[in-house]
Amino acid sequence: MNIPENLLYLDSHEWVEKTGEKTARIGLTDFAQDQLGDLVFVNLPEEGDSVAVGESFADVESVKAVSDIYSPVTGTVAAINADLLDAPEAINQDPYGAWLIEVTDITEYGELMDAVAYQAFCEEQN
Amino acid sequence: MKLIFEKSVPGRACTLLPDCDVPMAAIPETFVRKAPPHLPELSETDISRHYTELAKCVHGVNDGFYPLGSCTMKYNPALNEEMAGLAGFTGVHPLQPEHTVQGSLEVLAKAEEILCKVTGMDTMTFQPAAGAHGELTGLLLIKAYHRARGDAQRTKIIVPDSAHGTNPASASMTGFTVVNIPSGADGCVDLEKLRAAVGPDTAGLMLTNPNTLGLFDKNILEITRIVHEAGGLNYYDGANLNAVMGVARPGDMGFDVVHLNLHKTFSTPHGGGGPGSGAVGAKSLLAPFLPNRHVKCQGDFYAFEDAPQTIGSVKAFYGNFLVVVRALCYMLVLGEDGMRDASQMAVLNANYLKKLLEPHCEVANEGICMHEFVLTLEKLKKETGVSAMDVAKSMLDYGMHPPTMYFPLIVHEALMLEPTETESKETLDWAAGVIAEILEKAHTEPEALHNAPVTTPVGRPDEVAAARNPKLRAVFDA
Repeated sequence: MNIPENLLYLDSHEWVEKTGEKTARIGLTDFAQDQLGDLVFVNLPEEGDSVAVGESFADVESVKAVSDIYSPVTGTVAAINADLLDAPEAINQDPYGAWLIEVTDITEYGELMDAVAYQAFCEEQN
Repeated sequence: MKLIFEKSVPGRACTLLPDCDVPMAAIPETFVRKAPPHLPELSETDISRHYTELAKCVHGVNDGFYPLGSCTMKYNPALNEEMAGLAGFTGVHPLQPEHTVQGSLEVLAKAEEILCKVTGMDTMTFQPAAGAHGELTGLLLIKAYHRARGDAQRTKIIVPDSAHGTNPASASMTGFTVVNIPSGADGCVDLEKLRAAVGPDTAGLMLTNPNTLGLFDKNILEITRIVHEAGGLNYYDGANLNAVMGVARPGDMGFDVVHLNLHKTFSTPHGGGGPGSGAVGAKSLLAPFLPNRHVKCQGDFYAFEDAPQTIGSVKAFYGNFLVVVRALCYMLVLGEDGMRDASQMAVLNANYLKKLLEPHCEVANEGICMHEFVLTLEKLKKETGVSAMDVAKSMLDYGMHPPTMYFPLIVHEALMLEPTETESKETLDWAAGVIAEILEKAHTEPEALHNAPVTTPVGRPDEVAAARNPKLRAVFDA
């Protein structure tokens, strides 16, 4: 399982890449895409929407189920990866390349794990 | 097999019309088609064979065991069909004057009377076309109720994580914000989490009881009290009413509004996707908001009446009327005792099948279940690589419809079985034997299960391609 060391992780399997003082990119982890199976739809918020720690900001649908994606940060959506809307399979193919949203004006971070802690967390889940 | 359009041969037909012997009328130019419609041209033999071939590709309750959890695939008595086929019911027009359709109106009134007794509700609408539509209607009633009281801050609907996926979807559609609360370790609502979630912004709670794990929530009275004390209303998802019909009533559990799946619990065919009936029952506090065209008996005359603050129509006219005819027929045949017997037998059958399977696999929750139960094949998957999907697909080779898979989401590698009351002990014994044999095979021949089914018209459809690239109609060259 691929868990890059430069990212932080949420227990609901989202990754966060801090890109600046108050900005970050958010995506789904390799573990998440593997558990979900082939994704067929993704719903993203709009630029300018607010996201908050612990609240759902998007959802993904696989042939099994629809799953909410929770925000690891509180802030404002600066950009969305609109390419995913037509090609949700990119999340399966390259979970760390296929970011979902970029957030700016971040005021709060949730309880995040580093790669080592997240690796242990996933092994426990398995 | 080929589509009926692909079997079409130009000029072939099953009728030979004589030459026109009356003057031709000219159709105004604007209404004349520029190109002929794409209608298949076939002989009656071709058509008959086409549909017989299609019928052979499906598995219905009349073909064999169909333990699709939460879908209540019980046998649909032939008598229901006979009654729904009576010319007096099939020949009426929805706009006929009331005095010419008294019998049909009496059906709606009578069905409402009995179903209100079964659910402990005061009034009912038959407009919603199916369960999720009933949820939407029930939530619109809750919304109208709070709005009429001038309480605009109740914007949240609480939904446990074991709920049917339609619950949060319906709440969203109605403009509510969904608050998800996790279940406790026992699979029931976590009271502390519920207490923490309710407040002045709570519009209501949506709950399925028994829940999707097949468990009757032991704290049900406390749950509905917590919501009421916070000023919210309680919505009962009646999808699992088959476990408690004639035994326990949502109205007595503290619920204010309930939807019933008449097509499930009250036996009308629904495997092909409808038509259904998501009748919504409500306590009198919601009666002023009921959808319009509600039947009322005035003296000995049945008439339509609109509630004073009606939310309007949720479907054309009176809903899927003939489904109500079937449900009424079912209830009149069974009677009060028979309906209770049906539920008790449904619970007994589920527990019997669960007991037979317990030595072979893990059940998600210990103890007595209601009308359905959930297996978890997580361990099997780790040991053998065989998934719940593989096991379900293998059942098809034995002529059994698979159970519901991968639901509820809180159980991994889930298989959810609901045998219903209309299956015999012999069928349940056979089904348990089949499942035990498949689970055994998972250890000895896992490859065979990965490749199942091998005897069906289609093996494993490409679900991903179907979802990403659905082809929903025939595409013509010109």
